[in-house]
Amino acid sequence: MRGEHGPAVEVEGLEKRYPKAPVNAVDGVTFAVERGEVFGLLGPNGAGKTTTIGVLTTRVKLTGGVARVGGIDVSRDPVRARTQLAVVPQRTNLDRSLSIRQNLIFHAAYHRVPAAERNRRADELLELFGLTDRGDDKPDYISGGQSQRIMIARAMMHTPQVLFLDEPSTGLDPAARLFVWDRIRDLRDRGTTIVITTHDMDEAATLTERVGIMDRGELLALDRPEALTRGLPGKTTLEIALAGADGNLDAAVAALERLDGVEQLERLEQSDGHIRLYVAGDAPLMVAPVAGALSGFGITLSDVKIGEPSLEDVFINLTGRALR
Amino acid sequence: MSAPAIRDTRTSAPGVFMAVLWRDIFVTGRELPVFLAQVILQPLFMLFVFGKVLSNLGYTRPGYAHLLFPGIVALTALLTSLQSTALPLVLEFSFTKEIEDRLLAPIPTALVAVEKMIFAAMRALIAAACMFPIGVLILGSVPWRAAGAPEFCVILILGALVGSAMGLTMGTLVPPNRISIAFSLVLTPLLFTGCSQYPWPTLDSLRWFQVVTLFNPLTYVSEGMRGALVPHVPHIRPWVCVLALVFWLAAFSAIGTWGFIRRAID
Repeated sequence: MRGEHGPAVEVEGLEKRYPKAPVNAVDGVTFAVERGEVFGLLGPNGAGKTTTIGVLTTRVKLTGGVARVGGIDVSRDPVRARTQLAVVPQRTNLDRSLSIRQNLIFHAAYHRVPAAERNRRADELLELFGLTDRGDDKPDYISGGQSQRIMIARAMMHTPQVLFLDEPSTGLDPAARLFVWDRIRDLRDRGTTIVITTHDMDEAATLTERVGIMDRGELLALDRPEALTRGLPGKTTLEIALAGADGNLDAAVAALERLDGVEQLERLEQSDGHIRLYVAGDAPLMVAPVAGALSGFGITLSDVKIGEPSLEDVFINLTGRALR
Repeated sequence: MSAPAIRDTRTSAPGVFMAVLWRDIFVTGRELPVFLAQVILQPLFMLFVFGKVLSNLGYTRPGYAHLLFPGIVALTALLTSLQSTALPLVLEFSFTKEIEDRLLAPIPTALVAVEKMIFAAMRALIAAACMFPIGVLILGSVPWRAAGAPEFCVILILGALVGSAMGLTMGTLVPPNRISIAFSLVLTPLLFTGCSQYPWPTLDSLRWFQVVTLFNPLTYVSEGMRGALVPHVPHIRPWVCVLALVFWLAAFSAIGTWGFIRRAID
């Protein structure tokens, strides 16, 4: 067994087909997460991210391939695999018959943490998550952000090697989201391996060290966020809005596509006169040639935006569809 | 808390099991009065109306109360444990999801189902024990034989376990949106075809109904209780009751555990 030195999470040719489903929910996914890494699975709803996490956390039975957490095969030895991992689900599943502190304490008891240690860790984690004065409250009437924090604190009670977070900031307000992100970084700094799923490209870009892009059960790309965006056809983008285009827009667009340095052109859905150009060189230097080309058609620029490509662009490039 | 060291991955099923059981005991312990009111009210009224009111009015023969009492203890045990597994499971699996944290404990999933059964059976034993002081209060006296105590205990424990296995089956196989319909369709027939209000052998004159009652596990608990507490009343032989209850327990706990695992793991 390579549990102690190998990757924290390993997935090889993972397949999951639900009974009676026409296609695989997860279809031949392979990746590995190194120890201490923050790893993201990015994709739209239904991409297979949650199913992948379900398999890794022993709640979904795989129908093909291998999945290991902490070196332990989750389908062969789910009981031992559970000692290595913790899960923070999308929807709250806190025990509503217990206080917040008791939620933490009982979780540790289920994982055989000795009594004195349970209390010490509960105090420490309640403090870290800013919950010390809420410890005796029932989790009934708390906000989504707080229940997210409690669930992360609870997950850490048995010091898992790998923490899985399913859509950690969905439904949170911006402040709560930043707080959760900071705590996730804290946990990483303590050496915990973190796997998150998200359909939020900002979250993937700012929080994760490597990101796997999933769609329709398949892993389409896997790399550091910067590397993924750098691999796009154009390094940077120029978003332009056009004024004065009457009927000759198509011709103007064709002319822009022929311009030197324009690698790809995308007509944004919002309005016909709104175009995104992926350019090879420095985007600012392209403004003048673009304006020149358009003036031949009597069209002027009404707005110009220069942008670095985002993971959203990577997703669009891979699938031809927007992320949401 | 430092960086997680290489963890000792050994797991201790009994230890984890006890922690999971302790959670349920802890939660119920704090709500004991509510719990008791919940499970004792129905048998209390049955005992009062059938054992006291009807007999005072002269509608039942003398001695009927003592024939009824073992049946009410049986009914209390079986229905309490059935309701103690079925309803919480429906809520925990479908709405609160709060069982998930225990499903992720390092213990085989089937043992979480067994814990639910054991805990429900414990509740049922407490409820059944409460029927004795209540019986004394309402009826003036209740039948008890020291010689029947071992048989009484065996039947009571088996009855409680069969009830919790039936609850496990219902709670995991009935879709959550139908559970209240299922309860009303199952509970009332269960209540009245289980021989708790009449001894089985005396049903000779109502042959078809006598056959129907054989399919209700409660029949064997009621009859076994009568054999232990009021042996002069005609009853099904104890060994038949024990055998039948073991059969129902095996059948329902197998189906219930299968249903539980199906709900727990996709």
